[in-house]
Amino acid sequence: MKLKLISGILLLIIVFAVSCQSDKQVEFNRYYSGGSAIYQAHCENCHGAKGEGLQALIPPLTDSIYLKNNKASLSCYIKKGLKGKIIIHEREFEGEMPVDDLAPIEIAKVLTYVTNSFGNKMGTIDLQRVQADLEKCR
Amino acid sequence: MRKLLPGIILLIFLSACAPKQAALPILGNREPITKTVDGKTVTDTAYATIPDFKFVNQYADTITAKNLNGKIYVADFFFTTCPSICPVMHRNMLNVYKEFKDDDNFRIISHTIDPKYDTIPVLKRYADKMGITGNSWWLLHGNKGDTYNIAKSYLQTVQEKNPAGQFIHDGFFILIDKQKRIRGTYEGTDPKEVEKLIADIKILKAEPEQAASK
Ligand code: HEC
Repeated sequence: MKLKLISGILLLIIVFAVSCQSDKQVEFNRYYSGGSAIYQAHCENCHGAKGEGLQALIPPLTDSIYLKNNKASLSCYIKKGLKGKIIIHEREFEGEMPVDDLAPIEIAKVLTYVTNSFGNKMGTIDLQRVQADLEKCR
Repeated sequence: MRKLLPGIILLIFLSACAPKQAALPILGNREPITKTVDGKTVTDTAYATIPDFKFVNQYADTITAKNLNGKIYVADFFFTTCPSICPVMHRNMLNVYKEFKDDDNFRIISHTIDPKYDTIPVLKRYADKMGITGNSWWLLHGNKGDTYNIAKSYLQTVQEKNPAGQFIHDGFFILIDKQKRIRGTYEGTDPKEVEKLIADIKILKAEPEQAASK
């Protein structure tokens, strides 16, 4: 009797855990596929279909370490633009990315796409996170 | 012998239909011109050609139509701060550049439509960052009126900045032959069209008239 109860509870926990896991996956997929369309419309011209950039003019989006180190600033780069010297894959870039006035949810989606494509794997960058990061833009 | 005849006729037909390299068309306005040759009046066709011009390239060298005499070339219109189609166009143009950069009878010319910002040092920096060296790809600076006028002879439209601060311009690559006639226009943002441009340049180079003219 007791055993049945315990195993029942255990089963319940597992079910919750699994569905919770897949909820996260569903959220990720939603962000990622939405982000893919936004990337094509807003970023691909410059950064390329494979995130390869353009010569020494536009940096590639394949430097996972750079993206990780600057994760909290990425939202601001899009919202406020980016200018000045940066080092990507040990190469120096000094260009200017124009401001793109995307809504926070669109920024979240496109960043989720970028940071999980082209060899990057950083998980979901969700709306809450983007809103918090945008508060701190300079 | 009788039996052979149908075979021979068939052969003649077949050879007449053998696939030939399609010649490139000549585009633009044309006008009939009548001349007198050996006392007889003959009608010829005058094709639209690119008129003379004077611009300055990224090395601060003056470039006129003369510098393109005896050369097949591709022209386009862009500006260095263009956020929309230009990066795609020049990503594709790089393929044209790489294919023909060792051919001194070939050039690419890119006219900036924003001469105020795209000064010669800005164009030089752009060329450096793009990895453009030597003289096979010129980035041309000139006054706005001249650039907008020459655009018309390439069948292109460019306009002033729109309220959003963007210039409106066509993203076409225009292929010009040694007689300065327009032989093709290609959507510069479409990699497939640019592949066709590269193939067409090879066809054009092989045309007897082109090969002969210096
Ligand atoms: C007009 C061209 C252009 C567009 C459009 C553009 N970028 Fe950029 N982007 C740049 C340039 C140029 C830089 C480098 C700026 C510098 O040198 O400071 C850059 C830098 C970046 C960086 C940081 C450096 C790196 O390579 O990781 C990220 C991330 C980025 N862009 C993402 C995006 C995203 C996402 C979009 C679409 C919402 C976008 N960009 C649209 C030109 C562009």
